[in-house]
Amino acid sequence: MSQGQYVAAVYGVVLVVVLAYVAIIAAKLVRLQRETTELLELARRRQPPVRSAEAMAQEAAGET
Amino acid sequence: MLAAGLMGLAVLLALVIAPEDADQGISQRIFYIHVPIALTAYFCFGLGAWKALLLLWRGDERYDLESYVAVHQGTIFGSLTLITGSLWAKASWGVWWTWSSNQLVLFLVLFLFYCAYFMLRFSLEEGPRRARSSAVYALFGVVLIPISFLAIRLAEDFIHPTVFTRDGPQMTATIFTAFCVSWAAVTLLAYVLYRVELAGKRLDTDLRELREALQ
Repeated sequence: MSQGQYVAAVYGVVLVVVLAYVAIIAAKLVRLQRETTELLELARRRQPPVRSAEAMAQEAAGET
Repeated sequence: MLAAGLMGLAVLLALVIAPEDADQGISQRIFYIHVPIALTAYFCFGLGAWKALLLLWRGDERYDLESYVAVHQGTIFGSLTLITGSLWAKASWGVWWTWSSNQLVLFLVLFLFYCAYFMLRFSLEEGPRRARSSAVYALFGVVLIPISFLAIRLAEDFIHPTVFTRDGPQMTATIFTAFCVSWAAVTLLAYVLYRVELAGKRLDTDLRELREALQ
C-alpha cells in the first residue's frame, strides 16, 4: 500500500465507524418510537370510556 | 449539522489546504485526525470519571448513566485512536505496533481498563450497587490518563515527537489552524454523539418504567 492509501484508509475507517454509530442510534430511536406507540395504545385501552352528560342523566333517571 | 459542517471543513483543511510535511510526506495528514481523536478519548474517559465522582459525592443516580455514556464514547474514540495510530505507524515506519514504546502500551492499558468497565457493569444487577461499583472503577481509571498523556511527552523515541512545547506549537500557522479546526470538529462530534446517546438511554429507561406502571 502507498502512503496515500494509508491516509485514505485512516479517514475511511473514521467515517465508517461514525456512520455505523449513527446507524445504531437511528435503529434504537426507531425501536423507541415503536415502543412509545405501543405504550400509548396500552394507555388508551386502559383509560375508562368518556360518557356523555346525556347518558349519565339517563342512567340516573333509570336508577330512581 | 454544525458538527457535520465543521467535520467537512476539517477534512478539507487537513487533506487539501494544509501543506505536505517535508519529513513525513502525505502520511503526516493522519496527524489531523489521530491526535484530536486521542485527545477526545482522554477527555471522554476524564468526563466519565468526573461524573462517577459526582455520583459518589452527591448520590444522584442520573450521573451513573452520564458516566457510563462518557466511558462508552471514550472506548469508541480509544479504539479509533488505536486503529488510526496503527495505520499511521505502518505508513511512516513500516510497523503496525511496537511493544517497546511505553506510550503505546500505556494507551492500550488505559483502553483495556475501560473495556473491562463494561464487563464489571454488566455482571452486576441494575441498581445502586452497580452504579457505585461502576463509579469507583471509572474513578480508578482516571489515574492512567495523566500517566498515558505524560508518557507521550516524556518519551524521547521517534513515534510521538513533541510538537507543542513551551515556545508554542512547532508548526506553521496553516498546519496549526487545520489541527485546531479538526480538534474542534472531533470534540463537537463527540459532544453531539454523547448527547444523542444519553437522550436515547434516558428515554429507554423512562419507557421501561412506564411499561411497568401500565402493566
